[in-house]
Amino acid sequence: MSDVILLLPFAALIVLNILPRGARAHAWIVAAAVFGLQTAAAILLPFNVVDWSFLGPFEKVVGFTLRADGLSVLLLLTAGIAGLASIMVGRASLGQPRARFAFANLVLIALIGMNGIAMVRDLFSLYVFIEVTSVAAVILVALRDGEAAFEGAWKYLLLSAVASVLMLASVALFLLTAGGVSFDEAAAALAAPTPEVWIAAALFLCGLFVKSAMVPFHGWLADAYSEAPPAVSVFLAGIVTKASGIFALMRLAPGVLSPAGPGRMILLVVGAATAVGGALLSLTQTDMKRMLAYSSVSQMGYIIMALGGQPALALAAAAVHFFNHTVSKAQLFTNAAAVESRLGTRDMDRMGGIASRMPVTGGTSAVATLSVAGLPPLAGFWSKLLIVIALWNAGQVVFAVIAVLTSLVTLAYFLSLQRKVFFGTILPEWSEVREAGPGYVVPALALAAITVAVGLGFPFLLPILLGGGA
Amino acid sequence: MIVITVVLVLMVLAALWASLTTLLLRAAIALALTSAMLAVVMYSLGATLAAVLELSVCAGLISVVFVSVISLTQRKPFKDYVTRRMSRMRRFWPLPLVLIAIGVALSFVHAPVQVALPLPGGDGDVRTVLWNLRQLDLFGQILILLAGVFGVLVFFKKEAKDGD
Repeated sequence: MSDVILLLPFAALIVLNILPRGARAHAWIVAAAVFGLQTAAAILLPFNVVDWSFLGPFEKVVGFTLRADGLSVLLLLTAGIAGLASIMVGRASLGQPRARFAFANLVLIALIGMNGIAMVRDLFSLYVFIEVTSVAAVILVALRDGEAAFEGAWKYLLLSAVASVLMLASVALFLLTAGGVSFDEAAAALAAPTPEVWIAAALFLCGLFVKSAMVPFHGWLADAYSEAPPAVSVFLAGIVTKASGIFALMRLAPGVLSPAGPGRMILLVVGAATAVGGALLSLTQTDMKRMLAYSSVSQMGYIIMALGGQPALALAAAAVHFFNHTVSKAQLFTNAAAVESRLGTRDMDRMGGIASRMPVTGGTSAVATLSVAGLPPLAGFWSKLLIVIALWNAGQVVFAVIAVLTSLVTLAYFLSLQRKVFFGTILPEWSEVREAGPGYVVPALALAAITVAVGLGFPFLLPILLGGGA
Repeated sequence: MIVITVVLVLMVLAALWASLTTLLLRAAIALALTSAMLAVVMYSLGATLAAVLELSVCAGLISVVFVSVISLTQRKPFKDYVTRRMSRMRRFWPLPLVLIAIGVALSFVHAPVQVALPLPGGDGDVRTVLWNLRQLDLFGQILILLAGVFGVLVFFKKEAKDGD
C-alpha cells in the first residue's frame, strides 16, 4: 500500500496531462479524487508492503523502500484532509482555467512529496522529498498575479534554498562519518557521537528549523502565506510547512536526533521562543491572513516544544496537536478566503459585524479559533493539555507555564480577530454582503465538524493513540 | 593535492564573482566557470561520471539556457548600472572577509574525518546505485523537474499572455 500511495498521485498527474485541453478545466476533480482516496485509505487500509514481483524486471521501478507506521498515517491523513479543503477553495477562487490546471498539478506533486516524507527511511530520501514539496509550494505561492506574491515566493525560495544547503551538507557528513544515511545508521552514529556527527546533526536540525519557520527563521512564512492565492494559503498553512519541517522533526527527534541531553533543551528553547514570538507577532497584525500566519508559527512552536517533553507522551502530544492544528488552520484560512472573496480586503480594521451576513463563516471561525486557543471541549484543548502534561512530567515546569501563558495570548489575539471581523454591529458598507459560496462553506463546515468530533470523542481516541498509534 | 587546492580557490573566486557581479551575462559565465572547476575537482577525486555530468549539464546545458534567456532581456542604461554596482558592492563587502574567517577557523579544526566514502552497496557501480538502490530519489528528481515545468508556466504567464 505504501508504494501505491506514492504512485497513485503520480498516475493522476500523468492522466491530467494527457487530457484534451477542453477537459483540463475539470482537473480539480482528478486531484480531489486522489486526495479523497488518500484520506479514506489512511483511515481504512493497512499500510503493508506490496509484492511487485509480478512485474518481473520492472519490479525495481516501483518497488520502493518505503515503510509506513502510525506517524506516517498521521501525515497521509492530514495531507488528504487539508488538500481536499484547498482544492474546494481553489475551485471557487481560482478564476483562470490555466491557473486551476497548474494548481491541480502542483498540489499533486506536493502531495507525492509529502507522502514520500511520511514513509522514507533515510536522510537523503527525506531531503529529496522535502525538496519536491518545497519546490511545488514555491511555485504555488507565485500563482497569484502581482509583485507581492512574487516577493513571497522569492523569500520562500531563498530561505528554502538555505535550508536545503544545510541539510545536504549534513547528509554528506553523515555519509562520511556514519557510513550511511539511513535513519538507523544516523541514530547509531549519534549514540556515540564524534564532533563531525554533532555538526551533521546540528546542520540537519537547523535546516528543518528554517523549513518549519521556527523563530528566528520565521520571516518568510507571513509573506508566503498572506500573498499566496487563498487556496494555496489553505494548503500551505494546513499541511505543507508542517510536512516539510515539523513532521520531519517529529520523525527524527525521538529516535534519531535523540532528545536526551542538549537535543531536548534545543527543542524546548526553540519551540518556546517560536510559540511566544509567533503569538506576540499575531497580536500586532491587522491583516487577517498575516495574523493567521503568525499564529501558525506559534502553534508549530508548541509542537516542537512538545517533542522535548516526557518521552512516553511527547510524540503523542505533538501528533495530536499536529492533527488539530492542520484541521483548524486549514479551516481558518478557508474562512479568511471566504471573507476576502466577499469583502475584497483582508484589513481587519475595515471589517466588523460580518457574522450577521456570513453566519456559517463566522460560526465555523469561532469553533476553530477557540479550538486553537485551547478551550474545552474542542480538539485543541486536548492537545494543549497533553503538551502541558508532557512538559510537566518531564520536569520542565517553566516550559509548561510558558505553554499555558502563550495559550492565553492565543485566546487574546483570536478574540480580537473575532471581534474585529465577525462580531459587533455591521458596518454600512458591508450590509449587502452575502454568505460565501459552497466552495468555502462546505470545507469550513466539514473541518469544524472534525474539530468538534475529535474534541468530544478524544477520551475514547486517547487509549488507541497511546496504545499503538503515533 | 596542490592542483585540487588551487582549483578549489579558483572555484570560490568564480562563485564570488557570480554572486557579486551586477551583469547577468557575467554571472552566468562565472557560474559556468564555477561548475567547470568543480568538475575538475570531481575528476581529480576519481568521480569521472559525476565530473562529466557536472561539465555537460551544469557548465554546458544550464549556461546555454541562461545565455538564451539573457539574450531576450534589455540592458539597463549605463548610469543605472554604475549606481547599482556601487550600492551592491557596499552591501557585499563583508562576504569575502566572512569566507576568509571561516577558512581560518576551519584550519584550526583537526578532527579526524573519514574521507574514504563507504561503498554504496551492490557492486558500487554508479548505475546500480542509481537504478537499483536510489530509484526512490530518482523518482523525486523527476518530480522536481515536473514542478519546474509548471514553474516556467506560472512565472512566465505574463509574457505568454502579452505574446498571444
